[in-house]
Amino acid sequence: MRDLFRGELVRLTMEEPEAHAKTESHWQRDSEFIRLADSEPAHMVSEKKWKEWFEKRVENGFSPKRYPFSVRTLVDDKFIGFFGLWLDLIHNEAWIGIGIGDREFWGKGYGTDMLKLALQYAFTELNLYRVSLGLMDYNPRALRAYEKVGFRLEGRTRGDVQRAGKHNDSLWMGILREEWLAMQNGEKQ
Amino acid sequence: MFDIQTQLFEGKDIRFGPIDHEKDPEIESKWTHDSEFMRMFEIDPARPMSAAMLKKKYEKLEKEIEEDKNVFYFAIRAKEDDRLIGKAVINRIEWSNGNGWIRLGIGAGDDRRKGYGLQALAMLLRFAFAELNLYRVSASVQEYNEAGSALLKKFGFVEEVRRRQALDRDGRRWDLLIFGLLKDEWANQAKA
Amino acid sequence: MKDIYKGELVRLSAMNADEISKAFSRWGRDSEFKRFLDSGVANMASHTAINKWLEKELEEQSVNQHWFSIRKLDDDMLLGDIDLYVYNWSGRDAFVGLGIGEREFWGKGYGTDVMKVILRYAFTEINLKRVTLNVFEFNPRAIRSYEKAGFRHEGRMRQVLNKEGRRWDMPFMGILREEWMEQNEH
Repeated sequence: MRDLFRGELVRLTMEEPEAHAKTESHWQRDSEFIRLADSEPAHMVSEKKWKEWFEKRVENGFSPKRYPFSVRTLVDDKFIGFFGLWLDLIHNEAWIGIGIGDREFWGKGYGTDMLKLALQYAFTELNLYRVSLGLMDYNPRALRAYEKVGFRLEGRTRGDVQRAGKHNDSLWMGILREEWLAMQNGEKQ
Repeated sequence: MFDIQTQLFEGKDIRFGPIDHEKDPEIESKWTHDSEFMRMFEIDPARPMSAAMLKKKYEKLEKEIEEDKNVFYFAIRAKEDDRLIGKAVINRIEWSNGNGWIRLGIGAGDDRRKGYGLQALAMLLRFAFAELNLYRVSASVQEYNEAGSALLKKFGFVEEVRRRQALDRDGRRWDLLIFGLLKDEWANQAKA
Repeated sequence: MKDIYKGELVRLSAMNADEISKAFSRWGRDSEFKRFLDSGVANMASHTAINKWLEKELEEQSVNQHWFSIRKLDDDMLLGDIDLYVYNWSGRDAFVGLGIGEREFWGKGYGTDVMKVILRYAFTEINLKRVTLNVFEFNPRAIRSYEKAGFRHEGRMRQVLNKEGRRWDMPFMGILREEWMEQNEH
């Protein structure tokens, strides 16, 4: 069976609350990262609050609906990003949220590697039927990465995100299990 | 018309009102025992609820409304006898983006197909655009809910997203549609 | 779409803590009922104690548990309760537990009817891949009822129960989504 937690450039981890809080605190200083990742107004949270949040997660234990992962580089173990899968158990699909907080690692294939691990986990360990995601229309780099790994554009909600003086659209994408499987088989050939 | 005097909460045959914690739970409990209503209104599995459960749910809801400040909830009542006939919600409001989601349902089978949904949606949209000053309103509808889609289209909603086979129900998968209406689009057809 | 709460004799209804706790307390006096229902030692509890426990259970109802009361279609009488507990989402399998407390309604098709309703719910609203149950060897009436509802025998845990001076087996039964779909022309 394949290694679920190891890609070609990165590996998946569960970080300690303290290390996690420190890193998130650092990433949030990059407002471009925040504004690409999130439609809520960019804001800042104390390291203490981050730590409390991660400690609470430890206390709550695993939920069958949430699968968060941290991401480190294989080469020098740098903590560069995250992804999370939020499941709808009834309909057997998940929403994915993914980001690379350290901009030094943008545009170098790390995102694609993370996505591959995420989809592999979703379809072969969680046995999901579908994975969905959303992004802002002013994030073309992400759109390209998602299309590359097989997500299809399913529509756009117009004027969803008001930012930098403009009403921007949100894009909605999805990939079905059979599509992902077909891509895997295609690659093998 | 955007003048102050036009009533936001009074329609022709219906009106919007707050939750009646004494009377409403019993009535809504009956709706939850109607699986046809539940499958049209909800994405989550249909589950019958007791009046006691609904009482608790209403309490949680009012707390959420007060604390989160991004939800507005209206009980829809028939003007003739004040009975609860449905509910109208605007939620997931993102103030910085000026957007929100609407949900609307007429609970009792006898009260459907009487034009109440049309009246309620008109009032809800007026509230969203003329009082909350939203830029856009979104709504999600199941592929099998043709009446829902038709009602939205009457008000100029545009089908924007088709989430393919996102819903698993009755032994097969269905698409989930997302509709959107922008404030200028609403203003134009409200004038007409 | 079909009305998924309704069968031919019964319907699924919400759990009303006050009403159910009184009923549980009353049915609990019937030791034969208790012994069919539960592998633990048959004992009794007051309606107040049950009510407390029930309110807590109902408050925590998550996506894993789907618990209903069972009512007769003709006169709305409360007969018992039934629940689906999804213990494994990755395998999409749930245990079903059924108890009809009113003994005058045993052996008259009510059990089979409500089991059919819950299976429809399991496969077309919760979208499970299988439903499992276990039953006690000394309850042949229930076993026959479950066979009629479409369950197949999958084995038995041998001699797990110790009642009335001897040991008894606990059969396991299960039904797969494909089997149910076929039987119900989906």
